[in-house]
Amino acid sequence: MLTCMEELRLQARKLRISMIEMLVEAKSGHPGGSLSCTEIVTALYFSEMRHDPKNPKKEDRDRFVISKGHGVPAVYAAMAHAGYFSTSELMTLRKTGARLQGHPDHVRLPGIEASTGSLGQGLSVALGMALASRLASKPWHTYCLLGDGECQEGQVWEAAMAAPKFKLGGSLTAILDYNKGQIDGHVDEVMPIEPIADKWRAFNWDVSVIDGHRFEEIIPALRASRGAKGRPHMIIANTVKGKGVSFMEHNASWHGAAPNKEQAGKALAEIKAGLV
Amino acid sequence: MSELKPKATRQAFGETLAELGATHPKIVVLEADLSKSTKSEFFAKKFPERFFQMGIAEANMIGAGAGLALSGFTSFICSFGCFVSGRYDQIRMSIAYADANVRIVGTHAGIGIGDDGHSQMALEDLGLMRGLPGMTVLQPCDELETREMVKFLADHQGPAYLRLTRQNLAPVHGAGYEWRFGKLDILKRGSGLALIATGATVQECLGAAAKLKERGLDVTAVNANTIKPFDENGLADLAKTHSRMITVEDHYTTGGLGSAVAEVLAERGMGASVALKRLGIREAFGESGEPAELYWKFGISAAKIAEAASGFLS
Repeated sequence: MLTCMEELRLQARKLRISMIEMLVEAKSGHPGGSLSCTEIVTALYFSEMRHDPKNPKKEDRDRFVISKGHGVPAVYAAMAHAGYFSTSELMTLRKTGARLQGHPDHVRLPGIEASTGSLGQGLSVALGMALASRLASKPWHTYCLLGDGECQEGQVWEAAMAAPKFKLGGSLTAILDYNKGQIDGHVDEVMPIEPIADKWRAFNWDVSVIDGHRFEEIIPALRASRGAKGRPHMIIANTVKGKGVSFMEHNASWHGAAPNKEQAGKALAEIKAGLV
Repeated sequence: MSELKPKATRQAFGETLAELGATHPKIVVLEADLSKSTKSEFFAKKFPERFFQMGIAEANMIGAGAGLALSGFTSFICSFGCFVSGRYDQIRMSIAYADANVRIVGTHAGIGIGDDGHSQMALEDLGLMRGLPGMTVLQPCDELETREMVKFLADHQGPAYLRLTRQNLAPVHGAGYEWRFGKLDILKRGSGLALIATGATVQECLGAAAKLKERGLDVTAVNANTIKPFDENGLADLAKTHSRMITVEDHYTTGGLGSAVAEVLAERGMGASVALKRLGIREAFGESGEPAELYWKFGISAAKIAEAASGFLS
């Protein structure tokens, strides 16, 4: 496990490089919401999750459900760098016959815990996995990453209502990638979700609000949630859409558009230089 | 056997599931506030630690059932067929696409529920479920067949939909019946015309066949209990010896049994030699009423089937 924050920052940079490379090769995909969750995904795969990349079906593994399925390039990059498959396979993203589908496919790619991409469903599946760990007296922890626009889906709130009923604190952690953007624009304009922390608190969750790009805040929040009892934990991670590439940051038009070669070159130079 | 009295298939399901709980520790049951109606309450009472009351939130129940299934359990998720199949995207994504071992149990099939009216009637669920890759779709016609199917589903791999009735169904099969997965169940062999039914309409077809017999018409009666995978070879065999077929279902005429039969006949090039009539709910919503009156009104009662058959043969 990499616990040194600087090493995690370097790892996140590697993932961002891989993401840009795979998206430019695929000529489509979602850079904005992939870059915004890079540190969260890095913290999970390279520090907090108990998992074995060589044995992705190991029964006691921690589960990670990316409910915002369009952010899966971040997960593919993390899986490749962690050793689930070779980094060269990242270049097959979205190509015919690939295991790396445009959105996560549980059947095709071992290590992907749930098939998502139709928004709003992942937290329910994660809730089922958390119920399973408790019922089977197994030690695994289930993490679920939600998008902010996704919280406009009603099913999210069905799951939000259910998790406290089953006292899934210490079994289930939800993380909100709060990057403030969605396809059609700013979340506040498309359909406001504020006051989002109060909403989760009102549903009987423990809520922490952190900077989702600072490992110094992500790691302690994840550890606190894992050790909790009773109420489940929601970590609201304030993030920047397109984080790490100057011309993508805070720009909703990069939600679902891949960079061309020239833009990718510029993005890679910025990421490698650590300028942003 | 004393137990062979008319019984609702939901009742037979609930009883069997509660029995299987003892031998199958991986069975879990999820419910959306209808346990007294779906009869999941029997399991809940015996195995409360493996019963999850999810409240009136079917979408979340579907996802949670998938999560449990993807973690090694066999999930039975229960609700009225209309409410659970109405959360189609959740079934499509969280269950079917993930190949999760979830058994979707949809009770209160069709207009046979009677009084409550259209909003509670599942009339498109077979069509919806049949459209999903890998989804097994079953509909039993009596108590014994239900018991066989529930036992099968306890050990089956992959997602499945089980369609059950609110109303009592007369026993079609005698003790010792062994249901065969994926095979048409020929209940009565006749000639010329085959009546093909599923679920609650099987007993109506048998009643129609008896009426036709009185008029000197000896028709074949078939129970199509496995809607998917459909017994294409069995149907093609029937088509070789019957020039007319009538499908009868408490479901819309689109998407369900009638469509499955039409597809096979067309794809096998048998459409010209077999005339097909589909009985069911056609371009109409269900409504409140006595189940028997509704079956007559919508043309799927024994008398109406016999009438349709007579017309079809003349």
